[in-house]
Amino acid sequence: MTTVTHWTGDAGTAKSETLFQRNMKLFASNRLSIFFLFITLGFVFMAVAAPLIAPHDPSDADLFRRLLPPAWMEGGDWSFPLGCDALGRDILSRIIYGSRVSIFIGATVILVATTIGVLAGLAAGYLRGWVDIVISRLVDILLGFPYLIFAIALIAMTGPGLQNIVLALAYKEWVIPCRVVRGETLATSGVEYVEAARAMGASRSDIMLREILPNILSPVLVVSTVRMAHVIILEASLSFLGLGVQPPMASWGSMVADGRSFMLQEWWLSTFPGLAILLLVLSINVVSQGLRDAFDPRFHD
Amino acid sequence: MNDAVLRIRDLKTCFDTRDGMVTAVDGVSLSLGRGECLGVVGESGSGKSVTFASVMGLVKKPGFIAKGSINFEGRELVGLDPKNYRKLRGKEIAMTMQDAQTALNPAYTVSNQIIEVLLAHDETLSGSRKAQRRQARQQALEMLQLVGIPSAETRLDDYPHQFSGGMRQRVMIAIALACKPKLLIADEPTTALDVTIQAQVLELIADIRDKLGMSVILITHDLGVVAEYCDNVVVMYAGQVVENGPTGAVIATPQHPYTQGLLRSIPRLSDLSRRIEPIKGTVPELIDLPDQCRFMDRCTRAQASCRDLIAMQDCGAGRQVRCIAPGLAGGSDV
Repeated sequence: MTTVTHWTGDAGTAKSETLFQRNMKLFASNRLSIFFLFITLGFVFMAVAAPLIAPHDPSDADLFRRLLPPAWMEGGDWSFPLGCDALGRDILSRIIYGSRVSIFIGATVILVATTIGVLAGLAAGYLRGWVDIVISRLVDILLGFPYLIFAIALIAMTGPGLQNIVLALAYKEWVIPCRVVRGETLATSGVEYVEAARAMGASRSDIMLREILPNILSPVLVVSTVRMAHVIILEASLSFLGLGVQPPMASWGSMVADGRSFMLQEWWLSTFPGLAILLLVLSINVVSQGLRDAFDPRFHD
Repeated sequence: MNDAVLRIRDLKTCFDTRDGMVTAVDGVSLSLGRGECLGVVGESGSGKSVTFASVMGLVKKPGFIAKGSINFEGRELVGLDPKNYRKLRGKEIAMTMQDAQTALNPAYTVSNQIIEVLLAHDETLSGSRKAQRRQARQQALEMLQLVGIPSAETRLDDYPHQFSGGMRQRVMIAIALACKPKLLIADEPTTALDVTIQAQVLELIADIRDKLGMSVILITHDLGVVAEYCDNVVVMYAGQVVENGPTGAVIATPQHPYTQGLLRSIPRLSDLSRRIEPIKGTVPELIDLPDQCRFMDRCTRAQASCRDLIAMQDCGAGRQVRCIAPGLAGGSDV
């Protein structure tokens, strides 16, 4: 790519632009990622504005509409475009409301896990010594557990519910940003500007938060988007197993589970929420791929 | 010398590695007067950087100061607690790093990096946080002008990657000088620069030294630089000082065979027919060295008594040398 030439050029007139801003521009020039970014944002909008755009109350059951097929099929009704489930609830409205659960849990878990992981990773990577030993061994132990089984065990102890799912997933999720940040910190703390900051009398917390952190944000950003897609799948899995949010609250995973026994005849019960999971996770993954391409210097070429 | 700014006595810094104890600095003593410029020369691995990392309290594990004393303006620095050390660094002793390309944080504008140092150390700033920031910004501008950055006002909010190598080196000096330190340690300030820029940067340091009356330690492996800018010179080899004294005298009549070798290995425009003589061999491994002359294996004048412990001895005119047969094969030809 030729984007490098403009900033090595005339330094006197070049606009002040950080590496981050330059990478974001690179990201913005990737049309595929931007397209999927808009789809992701569409889901976010759907979640936020659910009561305004959902045609029906997602919990409004009516057995006369039981297993109503999608509108374009025989016996369908355009006021229920994607049909109704076994209790006669509108599937489209439930998908719209279900996005709230997926996105809320995805975002909250990543936010909590990234905050904890970044701080722990910085401490382990910069302070070294026993801090590093304690944090790294804890990370190793947590990585030894299969993710889903760990979450199931925690929820089995605490009981299902929105808050418990977030906690159960965040308990283990933080180790991933932690490992990334620890590695980056180890690499960055040997760099001269960190040494220079020490020579100029900066304190340890200053060095970690002001010198190192801004320079390792890019991989953190990439990792947290990738992991968000994973967390959404995990939440759907937990809901599928009945450990997620409890009825009558709609969640994509539990909708797929509810439609399981009707799969052969009334396929729309599971298929549409399944497609919603697929589309959201795919979009987030493509966006994170685009971010990685833009932020990884190995792709600048 | 009672008005010494920095006095190092018998400093020994070791690294406890898996292969054994590495003594990177072994019994270094030197002193630096107010306003003096001291050159420290030696090849890679001679311990010059570690000596001054010890002064800055920046020796990292597994390294440690085994013994000796570092006295800065009457204060003992060996064993100083980290908090007081931090207050000292940047404010009273500043250091510029070897590589200007990587010594500036790419995430901040240069003004930000100068302002941070000022906010951390400068007690003359007053008023609210915002007012302090404004004053610091003004000072940052003055520092950039002092180090000769053209149109400093417009460059203030530029990021390091927008500066050329020489300009970045100047910015780094500006950061080091922001709090008007009493001692500047410049670790190979010109290694990464081309010759014309080298001269400008060194002139700049000399100029500011006069203006601010600070002392400067110039760590380098370039004897030309030392000859041009330093009052006194310390030659280091394998962790030890092998020769010191006033620059002119040391260069005109080097006493230690290593100094002589160094001077003979410099090409000279005035005498193109002369062959450059490299010093044969390499610097010894610093692990478990015996108490003998460390240059012995490479020395043309080695003799049996070189196997004894060799101490620094005076050889007149404020000069000292670590050799039992100094001066022979004099350096008058160089």
